[in-house]
Amino acid sequence: MSAGRTAQQQLASALDKRRIEMVVIGGSAGGVDALVGLLPALPEGFKSAVACILHVPGDRESRLAELFDPRTPLPVREARDKEPIHPGTVYFAGSGYHLSVEEDRRFSLSCEAPVQFARPAIDILMESAADVYGPALAGILLTGANFDGAEGMCRIRERGGLTIVQDPEEAHVGTMPGEAIRRCAPHLVLPLAGIRAVLPLLETP
Amino acid sequence: MSLTPSDFDIELRMLIEAVYLKYNYDFRDYTGASQKRRVLVAMREMECATVSELQSRVLHEPNGFAQLLQYLTIPVTEMFRDPDYFLAVREQVAPFLKTYPSLKIWVAGCSTGEEVYSLAILLKEEGLLERSIIYATDINPESLEAARRGVFPLERMRLYTENYQKSGGKAAFSDYYTAAYGGALFDRSLIENVTFADHSLSTDSVFSETHFVSCRNVLIYFNRRLQDRVLGLFHDSLCHRGFLGLGSKESIDFSSYAERFEALARRERVFRKVAP
Repeated sequence: MSAGRTAQQQLASALDKRRIEMVVIGGSAGGVDALVGLLPALPEGFKSAVACILHVPGDRESRLAELFDPRTPLPVREARDKEPIHPGTVYFAGSGYHLSVEEDRRFSLSCEAPVQFARPAIDILMESAADVYGPALAGILLTGANFDGAEGMCRIRERGGLTIVQDPEEAHVGTMPGEAIRRCAPHLVLPLAGIRAVLPLLETP
Repeated sequence: MSLTPSDFDIELRMLIEAVYLKYNYDFRDYTGASQKRRVLVAMREMECATVSELQSRVLHEPNGFAQLLQYLTIPVTEMFRDPDYFLAVREQVAPFLKTYPSLKIWVAGCSTGEEVYSLAILLKEEGLLERSIIYATDINPESLEAARRGVFPLERMRLYTENYQKSGGKAAFSDYYTAAYGGALFDRSLIENVTFADHSLSTDSVFSETHFVSCRNVLIYFNRRLQDRVLGLFHDSLCHRGFLGLGSKESIDFSSYAERFEALARRERVFRKVAP
């Protein structure tokens, strides 16, 4: 990555011929604050679907969708089992269940064992979405203190999707983005401000 | 745009088809993503490099299918899981059930039985157990066997006691089991009227009229076609205005039965059959 180019310029070359239809965002420790910086940047009329997983301590009921809905120009809600994935909508994984994407582009929930101590696990959402969306998927991995997401980002890359990781240097906790960088050589490593600048471009007009 | 199926996807479909043709266990309408992960776990633990190798073992080795079945089904459960559900059953369903002289209850996909014992305890405390017949069904014979034994790990009792208390339990939870050798053996009288039976929601039909069906965290593993089939079975089985309980994140909104059940306690996922 050459220094001096703007995040948008970097994105333009990384995107290549991809036509993004879905964005999956994963975060853990510090992830709520990071998303507070990101999701409001999504403009009304944004064409991709966005699915987010944040690890929330314990099994308590996640209220992230309620938290972000009034602060985001797009509708934000918790993903429900067998719900069709709509463009221009932000989905959050609820607590206690893994979230996957199915062949017919609907969500599904499951109670398999936690992955990397997490349920919902970022890996599971990213891997299943990569299998279905292939090059039309963009994965964004943010701050976090565990290794969840690295495997998922690798799968997105393998299936031709675009991978963006928050710069571990400026992340609240750099472990999670650092592991993804080590394992899958993401297309873009950007500070949060850079991710915020490119996020609205991850769509196919 | 649809992606070309990978070799894994092709082999997986063949495996599931082979299991159906040879053993008549129908996993063809299970949701793909989670099934894929479970087959990967089976391959790793049964030491097979490819799905084809796994398929060969399942077809040709005497114990192969029984082993695979333990991975294809998901025995994740606990007693009084989601206490709010049991509280809703106790406070909002039991008063109706008390109006019937005899009751039939179906716990569909009962797995290793934690939920059956939980319901039996609840019914006992509400004075309903003696007039109830409970059908507890599952496709996994090993799970059913564990359910019949009714011995659960002692280290789980702390969580279960907490769940039980939150669910409106009226006694001391420890009154219901005897602790020995690291296990908690549940009171046999709880399952005197329980029939544990092999029943497949994908291939078998309705076997009895019931007043209450509890089927929790089973439908999420089914695609919409199979969800519709199963909700149809429940609808047919339930008596007029009968009750249906689902898992805490399960939804009937995306099925063709959305209009044929009404929510009694929406957040707790307790529904009632509306007239056909």
